[in-house]
Amino acid sequence: MARKSTTTQKAVVTVAAWGIGFLIFFPILWTILMSFHSEGDAIKSPFAMLASPWSFDSYAEVQERSNYARHFWNSVVISVGSTLIALVIAIPAAWSMAFVPGRRTKDLLMWMLSTKMMPAVGVLVPMYLIFRDLGLLDNLAGVTVVLTLINLPIVVWMLYTYFKEIPSEILEAARMDGASLKSEILYVLTPMAVPGIASTMLLNVILAWNEAFWTLQLTTSKAAPLTQFIASYSSPEGLFYAKLSAASTMAIAPILILGWFSQKQLVRGLTFGAVK
Amino acid sequence: MGQITLTKVRKAFGEAEVIPGIDLDINDGEFVVFVGPSGCGKSTLLRLIAGLEDTTSGVIAIDGTDATNLPPAKRRLAMVFQSYALYPHMSVRKNIAFPLKMAKMPQDEAAKRVENAAKVLNLSAYLDRKPGQLSGGQRQRVAIGRAIVREPAAFLFDEPLSNLDAALRVTMRQEITELHQTLKTTMIYVTHDQVEAMTMADKIVVLSAGRIEQVGSPLDLYHTPANVFVAGFIGSPKMNLITGPEAQKHGAETIGVRPEHLTVGDGPWEGTVGLAEHLGSDTFLKVDAGALGTLTVRALGDVALRHGDHIRLAPQEGRIHRFGKDGKALS
Amino acid sequence: MATAQSRTAARLMLSPAVVLLFMWMIVPLGMTLYFSFQRYNLLNPNRGFVGFDNYRYFIENPAFWVALANTLILVLGVLVITVIGGILLALLLDQPFWGQGIVRVMVIAPFFVMPTVSALVWKNMFMNPVNGMFAHIAQGLGLEPFDFLSHAPLASVILIVAWQWLPFATLILLTALQSLDSEQQEAAEMDGAPWISRFFYLTVPHLTRAITVVILIQTIFLLSVFAEILVTTNGGPGTASTTLTYLVYAQSLLSFDVGGGSAGGIIAVILANIVAIFLMRMIGKNLDA
Repeated sequence: MARKSTTTQKAVVTVAAWGIGFLIFFPILWTILMSFHSEGDAIKSPFAMLASPWSFDSYAEVQERSNYARHFWNSVVISVGSTLIALVIAIPAAWSMAFVPGRRTKDLLMWMLSTKMMPAVGVLVPMYLIFRDLGLLDNLAGVTVVLTLINLPIVVWMLYTYFKEIPSEILEAARMDGASLKSEILYVLTPMAVPGIASTMLLNVILAWNEAFWTLQLTTSKAAPLTQFIASYSSPEGLFYAKLSAASTMAIAPILILGWFSQKQLVRGLTFGAVK
Repeated sequence: MGQITLTKVRKAFGEAEVIPGIDLDINDGEFVVFVGPSGCGKSTLLRLIAGLEDTTSGVIAIDGTDATNLPPAKRRLAMVFQSYALYPHMSVRKNIAFPLKMAKMPQDEAAKRVENAAKVLNLSAYLDRKPGQLSGGQRQRVAIGRAIVREPAAFLFDEPLSNLDAALRVTMRQEITELHQTLKTTMIYVTHDQVEAMTMADKIVVLSAGRIEQVGSPLDLYHTPANVFVAGFIGSPKMNLITGPEAQKHGAETIGVRPEHLTVGDGPWEGTVGLAEHLGSDTFLKVDAGALGTLTVRALGDVALRHGDHIRLAPQEGRIHRFGKDGKALS
Repeated sequence: MATAQSRTAARLMLSPAVVLLFMWMIVPLGMTLYFSFQRYNLLNPNRGFVGFDNYRYFIENPAFWVALANTLILVLGVLVITVIGGILLALLLDQPFWGQGIVRVMVIAPFFVMPTVSALVWKNMFMNPVNGMFAHIAQGLGLEPFDFLSHAPLASVILIVAWQWLPFATLILLTALQSLDSEQQEAAEMDGAPWISRFFYLTVPHLTRAITVVILIQTIFLLSVFAEILVTTNGGPGTASTTLTYLVYAQSLLSFDVGGGSAGGIIAVILANIVAIFLMRMIGKNLDA
């Protein structure tokens, strides 16, 4: 709706928008601010806290006490790992659905999406028992596999939509030019699909990083990613606000940055194309 | 080289039979045009020859070998698509070289062929650009270049000029015809534009609803259309088709006279001028001729007739086409 | 487009995904079903077939009905807040103003924050009756601080979850708003329609689809809210903030009642399927895109 708006209108809207935006963003902002103070200062009333000196102590303490780095690394491994595995399975699947559609293709796609809607508690018990018996509890490989499976439908779906946007004539031209299926995928499809694949990877890393059901159920300490680590602060001892803030800031910073770039992918991936 | 035969070729998409059965012979070196209205199956037929679609039944033979079950890569055909289908992430050079890379040709030989093709098509200056940086006409030439380097048995063109503006279309039409004269390779060209068909073809195949209506040289189709459909399709403006008592007088169900074969002046037919289009070189008249319907007349030069003028028309000798009840031409 | 060769290749390339997802669906779910008919407690070595007993106990457990109600309240509460808030916010953000980019970042951010972080930040930094921001503000105004999580546990959880999902709704609705056909609006204007009419006859119908999508997709995810409850109230006090998901978790992994927990899990699946049927119908219509 690009209409001329009076400057007053614009000013009013600006104030309102900034106000509301600031309110919504405030908890995050406050967390970041709090992380740069000491524990004693963190629990003071807001203005008092802002007035007190800044320090990096909390960050140091967090790293020392609980080996934050290992949890961070675990998050990285399961996010990136599940994304890569999902891609390997999903790219061929999405290719075939986008370029060699059959009568059942749409039904198949919908079925895949429907597996994402199964409530996790429905399979909590057997998964827990299976993992326990296979020694996969608190195991990076185990939780990575589960995250791959729960996000696979979205990865396939997103790749499918990106592949469909590639003009099929270009792939036919490759076939006429003598390309085998492998060459077609390698030299023509993949380079053209790279932006789409990158976007899908971005969204999946974010979803896996923030996943807070299976990561909490299936890990305890060794393979615990950041979700579990932060959850351990729910019954703390002593003063911990500043440390929690520091840990939280470090945990959410990467995703906040990635998330900013992935808005469009979010709409595409999570509304399953119903909104454009 | 470049001899293609279609025997009882059928194509059905599920329940819908798009091509009920086609027999066609294409000789080596011929410029064949598939022409017809939208949905007549001409593009489908081209794609069947290319191997991009499977036939439901029938045989496609290329140079005597049964190619019906061969994948496109093995048929030694080259195709120029309507949208050019260039690889957007590759430079012009790499685009043209791609088929040679797929054929595993040694690099220096491939490079030489690419340079030659570029020279023929005036693309040498653009070799390092990407398709996104080229104009429509240039992209089209790259698509043709990619087809040429393969030295195929035949070229397949799928409405290649549809996306170009009118002036460019005329130029490219002539370039393609000249290309054919130079290379002397078989070319199969699909279009819905009958002007392209008439000017470029050695042989025209007129298609309608998946069936061949007539095969012949452009002038054959012009002078002796085999049925009402071809008569009305070839020639612009369309042939005047008259039914009723006037047709019966000539012993036919329908008679046809082309607009350029109606002379203004003394004659058996009369009517009132509805619309007069003055192009300077020609004058097109839309005449309301009562029981005969609306007739289109093409007069040479600038004729001073206007809306409302009452005129008489005479069909030229031997230029009245007669068609029977089944639409076929009567001898 | 498709030839016999590409069709066989396609089938091969589809199989890993299909097989994996199929196994993921069937095997664990089948096991849950099996367990639900067993007396199976991890602390008790006796196992045996008990028919529908587990289901009966689960449903007869008063906690079940509380959990069901809580789940409904949670989902509806978050939906109302996010959809209405989302529409208003989207309308606001669609207007021209200075610094649009930055405001968008601020509004979108909560969605990307880990649920455990959100929950703990709200619990401690804001809602804590001693040191939280709300307490400080109340004291500054001369009021008694309110212990959110003890006295209004479900509402507090709703607030936290709504804060997380408001960006999602806003983003979807804003995207839909921006895809509004401006030519249609201009034609209506030329036809003499005032802003209000244009809003109700053009904007709202266009948004209806987006709103439906937001509601259905959020519902699917909201039914499984877990982490926020785990780290704030643990379902309490009592069962005041226990949802169906949390109840199943508690029964399975805290009480070690595998049989009972499995029955609960199946019930949750049935409920979710009912919602999913509606969602699938909606999406199916749009898959042609």
